[in-house]
Amino acid sequence: MAATAAMGFPQHLSSFNDLVPEWTSREVSTGTTIMAVEFDGGVVMGADSRTTTGAYIANRVTDKLTPIHDQIFCCRSGSAADTQAIADAVTYQLGFHSIELDEPPLVQTAANLFKDMCYRYREELMAGIIVAGWDKRRGGQVYTVPVGGMLTRQPVSVGGSGSSYIYGYVDSNYRTGMSKEECLRFAAGALSLAMERDGSSGGVVRLAVISEQGVERQVILGNQLPKFSTL
Amino acid sequence: MDRYFDQSIKGVSTGTTILAVKFNGGVIIGSDSRASMGGSYVSSKTINKLIQVHDRIFCCIAGSLADAQAVTKMAKFQLSFHSIQMESPPLVKAAASVMKELCYSNKDELQAGFITAGWDRKKGPQVYTVSLGGMLLSQPFTIGGSGSTYIYGYVDSKYKPDMSREECLQFATNAIALAMGRDNVSGGVVHLVVITEDGAEHVVIPGDKLPKFHDE
Repeated sequence: MAATAAMGFPQHLSSFNDLVPEWTSREVSTGTTIMAVEFDGGVVMGADSRTTTGAYIANRVTDKLTPIHDQIFCCRSGSAADTQAIADAVTYQLGFHSIELDEPPLVQTAANLFKDMCYRYREELMAGIIVAGWDKRRGGQVYTVPVGGMLTRQPVSVGGSGSSYIYGYVDSNYRTGMSKEECLRFAAGALSLAMERDGSSGGVVRLAVISEQGVERQVILGNQLPKFSTL
Repeated sequence: MDRYFDQSIKGVSTGTTILAVKFNGGVIIGSDSRASMGGSYVSSKTINKLIQVHDRIFCCIAGSLADAQAVTKMAKFQLSFHSIQMESPPLVKAAASVMKELCYSNKDELQAGFITAGWDRKKGPQVYTVSLGGMLLSQPFTIGGSGSTYIYGYVDSKYKPDMSREECLQFATNAIALAMGRDNVSGGVVHLVVITEDGAEHVVIPGDKLPKFHDE
């Protein structure tokens, strides 16, 4: 899964220097764990909260769940700058489109806008994005746009550097027809396990539930995370 | 492309999935059965990566196959000699220490890591892991190989200490099947060896009997 490569080796503008720490010359990256899962009536999205610059945690309470429209969010992984710029551009384009249409936009439209930008500028960008939301036509949907600019819809999708460690957990625990509460527990469990194993993921777990009623957000702090016997 | 990039940083990782787990009364050591060359050709669908170094001590390898064979041959010899001298079966820790000594002393030339598991009279069932540079660690369970990255979350969530033999067999089979489902250089059948006070039993689970998960 190309989206999982947490690039820690970008251009080094300065060589070894005693006066400033090494991370000042590193790119800011959301080496991360993100996921989204569909349920009947909506989607649950989740992410960790760590942004790193080399070995320094630049932000330990990052919000990687970015609103694109009232009922469409995206989870960002990869370069923090690239994903913020793409999300801003897509938010603008989608807002304009929605005004022209005079109705709420489709999740598939938002996903295609992300895909167009990620594919066109694939050589310059380092961004893995999961787009999820609710619309009247198809209900809850999750689309994934990994590094390179592919677009595909999946019932459950994980991304970021920490996602490698939870493929087995997701494959074995996901079932179709889960309720909203089951999806929330599933996402919180998966993210906790990834955060324990991946050095670039950590902090708190941020969750968002998007349904016809709107968006509900929650934060699970470190001491409230689900515990597993080995941890 | 990614794999070659990783290899130059982290060292060679055998296309494989291996694990060893302690349960109540024994250990289970397991692996997949695929040998691949470069990720695009499967050179063997059914190799057995579980090597018996003594009656109740098995090893499985991660890393260069050639290095692993050389080390395990040496370990087998040293252990049988040691066991004759001591007039008793060797300790699992002794087997793991032999591996560690070889890996650490030759760390510049070798690129292989091991999981050693077995049963002995002194400490019962044990699992040891010897990493690439020669670190020796005893753990309740351990996973290794390229396929292991995908199942860290699964084993962390599902492992319980003191499982029964059946629960442990299910745990090991599920873990390896999940890894084989996501790692393209792991596959084939699942080889498991159950080691207890009574001896070692080899279980093979063919492809069509593997557990299926939601998207299959």
